[in-house]
Amino acid sequence: MKRLVVGPFNRVEGDLELTLDIEEGRVASARVAAPLYRGFEQILVGRPAADALSIAPRICGICSVSQSMAAAAGLRALTGVKPPPNGELAANIAHAAENIADHLTHFYIFFMPDFARDLYAGESWFGPVQARFKSISGAAAGEALPARARLLHVMGLIAGKWPHSLAFQPGGVTRALDLGEKMRLIGVFGEFRVFLEKALFAAPLEKVVEISTPEALAAFSEGQGDFAAFLRLGESLKLRELGRIALPLLSFGAYESAAGHLFSPGIFDPAMGEARALADAGIAEDADFSFLRETSRDPALAINTPDMAREGAYSWAKAPRLEGSPAETGAVARQAVHGNPLVRALITENGSTNVFVRVVARVMEIARLTLAAEAWARAIRLNESFCETPPPLLRGEAVGQASAVGRVEAARGALGHWISVEKGVIQRYQIIAPTTWNFSPRDAEGTPGPLEQALEGVKVGEAGAKSPAIQHVVRSFDPCMVCTAH
Amino acid sequence: MDVSRKKNLLWLQAGSCGGCAMAALDNGASGWFAELQTFGINLLWHPGVSEETGEEVLDILARIERGEERLDIFCIEGSILRGPEGTGMFNRLSGTDRSLFEWTRRLAPLADYCVAVGTCAAYGGIPAGDPAPTDACGLQYEGSEAGGALGRDFSSRKGLPVVNVSGCAPHPGWIMETFAALAAGDLAPGDLDTLGRPKFFAGHLAHHGCSRNEFYEFKASARNLSDRGCLMEHLGCKATQAIGDCNQRAWNGGGSCTHAGFACISCTSPGFEDSHNHHVTPKIAGIPVGLPLDMPKAWFMTLAALSKSATPDRVRKNAEADRIVENPKRHK
Repeated sequence: MKRLVVGPFNRVEGDLELTLDIEEGRVASARVAAPLYRGFEQILVGRPAADALSIAPRICGICSVSQSMAAAAGLRALTGVKPPPNGELAANIAHAAENIADHLTHFYIFFMPDFARDLYAGESWFGPVQARFKSISGAAAGEALPARARLLHVMGLIAGKWPHSLAFQPGGVTRALDLGEKMRLIGVFGEFRVFLEKALFAAPLEKVVEISTPEALAAFSEGQGDFAAFLRLGESLKLRELGRIALPLLSFGAYESAAGHLFSPGIFDPAMGEARALADAGIAEDADFSFLRETSRDPALAINTPDMAREGAYSWAKAPRLEGSPAETGAVARQAVHGNPLVRALITENGSTNVFVRVVARVMEIARLTLAAEAWARAIRLNESFCETPPPLLRGEAVGQASAVGRVEAARGALGHWISVEKGVIQRYQIIAPTTWNFSPRDAEGTPGPLEQALEGVKVGEAGAKSPAIQHVVRSFDPCMVCTAH
Repeated sequence: MDVSRKKNLLWLQAGSCGGCAMAALDNGASGWFAELQTFGINLLWHPGVSEETGEEVLDILARIERGEERLDIFCIEGSILRGPEGTGMFNRLSGTDRSLFEWTRRLAPLADYCVAVGTCAAYGGIPAGDPAPTDACGLQYEGSEAGGALGRDFSSRKGLPVVNVSGCAPHPGWIMETFAALAAGDLAPGDLDTLGRPKFFAGHLAHHGCSRNEFYEFKASARNLSDRGCLMEHLGCKATQAIGDCNQRAWNGGGSCTHAGFACISCTSPGFEDSHNHHVTPKIAGIPVGLPLDMPKAWFMTLAALSKSATPDRVRKNAEADRIVENPKRHK
């Protein structure tokens, strides 16, 4: 047996380290470590409740709006304040813009450049793929980054700036848009659509969201555009067979409004091919392999205290478990739970998620969300309010004793903030982020986390730690390590 | 400085959220990579965008340490976490047994220039917030005290202290223009303020150019979030005390914090992480505690009283509404 240590691991958000035990050229066992701990939960304790809105988003520079939305959802549950429809629409539009930008950054900047590495120079497809997707110098980045920057003009209109905004309040958003701004908002999505329909999909978005079978997807892969290029690579490199796991798929439900969720909450079982409802209880965190002292497994009661001397510990992340099992989360889970027929078919054809379906679900979501966000922008009713008057707790008054949980979907999946407040002051704050689920260490039973399972059996061959298969599997989850341990 | 030679920029993330890197990616009409090229900057390695990974990165770092690779600009994003017990191991660079605290102290003296991108790297930022669980600090400051990870006397090879592009996150332009000025050899010690921030943005207050300026002039104040009035009297705004040309350049195409209706929390300042209740103005006997940076208090109070009494009806009404309820018209 040979042991490989892989790191620094870049083109993810943050850093991670893999320890791989190799037998006969394949990964026999994997450990994933989050090497950074900043102590956000400790910093939040003792502050006025509303400070969660300024501190929590700063956990993460790539999904800052998601963190804001989770904190706001928690405080909303604590206080009962209800945002007016415009407040929900504007917040959902900004949240969608962030999630689309994250998916885009993942595809063009983090994930695709791995296919442009010299390791693939012998492949028949290499020339055009390298010219298009090479890190920094590839042609695609020169188109995708300006499109991303223009899309983020949504933040200039709604959030003031990105990342890290205080616009997202439990009672709505802090600025009422006027007629000109509503039109500019619609215009941003219109322009972004031009980029998508030219570069990413080379097809109208309405046609993209209609793809509902693996056969239709195969037909689409013969077209132009960067997504089709990925689909062809997926076939050529057998990415359906890579990074397979069959764990429960978890979604907290995305883009909530009075009318419900755009993508419904729930759990999807890849082996059975069925979705079920998400119970309120059932989420617990083990810290057996974490550099943290054991407190409560219940996130509502846990308090974080670092303990670097802890025997057996190898990550700053804890191990969240859903009804005792590791669970996978992200676009693939969100779409499977919601009933997206293509994503479900790609999962059930081999009873597991894999590198291919994770990326397909994410890129297809860009099309779906761009259409949704444009429709939300059109639905804003300018003569109505955008923000409810904050209740006393959110004006800094020393009131109340309560606990609540704010649950949202970040780009990378299920994000929860468990908040306990007494006399206006935060007593406990516990965050479980999407990559805490996906890149969790082993639990009390010794069961590996989702990435650890997905790496088992992956062939590394001669390349060892440089194996592109390892890179593809890790990045297929679109990890956010700064959220993982926070 | 030879401006025809490409300048190597190494970007490392320490105790960071990655938001400064995300902001930088926003810059440039043809994309950030094209812009770096325009200014003759070669990204030697960047954690978010570079191809090299694992051992290849360690090779780059080793070549710098051996003096085989020139390090023109060394940039750190994120706080330096010195704990636990001075080991820095709250933040280890994976694939190595060294902390970012140690890597930073090894590489900084080899660089022509050192840049702290973001308030975390500059002064400690949010991770340094009470109870400072990881003993976080900035590269050359701990809050507003000189010192930090590199020490008060540190200067990079070209004789500059650490250049602090503070902000949480900073404007993409602040980051890129600082790199560009360094690559061009155009940034001198006199271009920095007393806390190491480039004066091209730190010579202004966030208040300058605020779209709510008429409300400020008349002390016509917002009561609730989403009201159009001035955010200073009741809603915690620190823009009259915070440095930054925030309201003189567009954020994400045209926004700013105060324009979007929420308070400036002075994220460019050391210690901003320890203020509480960001949307409530602290007051003593009804008078805001934090008044404009360098204005005599008595004068401010007198002028405020005077301007309040002269407030046009239109301004008073619009201040407490979330949209324009009365348009400008000639006074009769």
